[in-house]
Amino acid sequence: MRLAMRQWMHLVGRDVGLAIRQGSDATMAVFFFVLAAMLFPFGVGPEPNILARIAPGILWVSALLATLLSLDRLFQADHDDGSLEQLWLAGLPLEAVALAKTTAHWLITGLPLMVAAPLVAIGLNLGSEGFGVLVLSLLLGTPALSLIGSVGAALTVGARRGGVLIALLVLPLEVPVLIFATGAMDQALAGLAARSHLMLLGAILAAALPLAPLAAAAALRQALE
Amino acid sequence: MTERFEGADVTCRRGNRLVFAGLDFALPPGGALVLTGANGTGKTSLLRLMAGLLPPWRGRLGWSGGTIADDLDHHHRRVRLIGHLDAVKPGLTALETLCAWGHLVDRAGAANRSGAGADADTESGVMTQAESALAWFGLEPLAEVPGRYLSAGQKRRLALARLLMGAAPLWLLDEPSNALDRAALGRLEAAIARHRGSGGLVVLSTHADWRPPDALTLDLNRFQVAGAGGWAADWSVGAGTGAGADADAGKGPRP
Repeated sequence: MRLAMRQWMHLVGRDVGLAIRQGSDATMAVFFFVLAAMLFPFGVGPEPNILARIAPGILWVSALLATLLSLDRLFQADHDDGSLEQLWLAGLPLEAVALAKTTAHWLITGLPLMVAAPLVAIGLNLGSEGFGVLVLSLLLGTPALSLIGSVGAALTVGARRGGVLIALLVLPLEVPVLIFATGAMDQALAGLAARSHLMLLGAILAAALPLAPLAAAAALRQALE
Repeated sequence: MTERFEGADVTCRRGNRLVFAGLDFALPPGGALVLTGANGTGKTSLLRLMAGLLPPWRGRLGWSGGTIADDLDHHHRRVRLIGHLDAVKPGLTALETLCAWGHLVDRAGAANRSGAGADADTESGVMTQAESALAWFGLEPLAEVPGRYLSAGQKRRLALARLLMGAAPLWLLDEPSNALDRAALGRLEAAIARHRGSGGLVVLSTHADWRPPDALTLDLNRFQVAGAGGWAADWSVGAGTGAGADADAGKGPRP
């Protein structure tokens, strides 16, 4: 058991290392997030009150799209060069491989977003009560986005133009995360308790954590046959 | 190692096509099996069946008395499959590629089999093993070169070096001689001989003339289903003796 855990950690480390080595993969999501969020002041005008009102939505929609960006490479790259079947043959269950790659995806996209989001929020004139909840909602929400996205990524392995297909598959499933995350921030900005929304976000994460790797592994098994 | 690997009535179906049917084989400890056959007769499919990546449509693959389908994850640890894809990452150096692989494979099982101590599992153990695997295939000058700068033959040698990481009893090699020069082929032959000497099993597919000494041969042309692409009405075709089933007889156009 401890050996399997160590194998799993090595797999996560390998993926994070590869992404950092490639550079663009690791920084693309966070740059996209900053740029997309910064487009809104140009689009809706620099009126501070309007920006403050729509800041939760801007931040979360931008974050959601940013995590979507690198999903198509999650399994595709390893599938194309034969690494994926070698990873499976290394003796880890395919579910563990899927979870390891999803964890690495979150570490290189979700985690940087949590660091960048408060800075972007300043630019959007987010009320000071919202900052804590923003980071908390990202902490609970972005892992759920990576997990749900991993199912879409696994289903489209081997498909042509998989990137567009992933967006169509995954975006409807990610709507609840968006609703509860922005709901939590709106509550906090209105001076109310955001606890219930955050707990629902946590529930989504708790459900996705075991279920998404199962579904992703089933899809990968089909792709590897 | 005294493992046996055998298959009984193995039938492979991909989509609507029966690739081959009624295939039997048995490999004793230290045995080697060479798969031959025309393109599309299912050599790669059979290797993937043997690796447990693909379930047989009918029949059974057995390992030392058990059936591999009973515990696929465990069977995967017994297998080293070197397929057409080299699984070499452009961003990782040759040494890093092997070290990453060495950390992933089940090294506890390997240590038990080879009798080595638990310290073989340490960082330096993996490194030493990776360096000797690189040296075996003459890649040590390229240890620090990223995968994107390696030639096709060098990538192939790096993929084959993976065989020497950990100890897996069953090697499955899909046309391993592709892109290899004569010297590398010699090193591969030596590795196979050493592996068989310690009781390991080798199954390889080839179009070239070279093969390991006293290897069994399995000619997949003999197990083709008449009227390929459809359902076989007469299963006895699969057990044909090869008398009239050689060359391309009995194989219609592929769908």
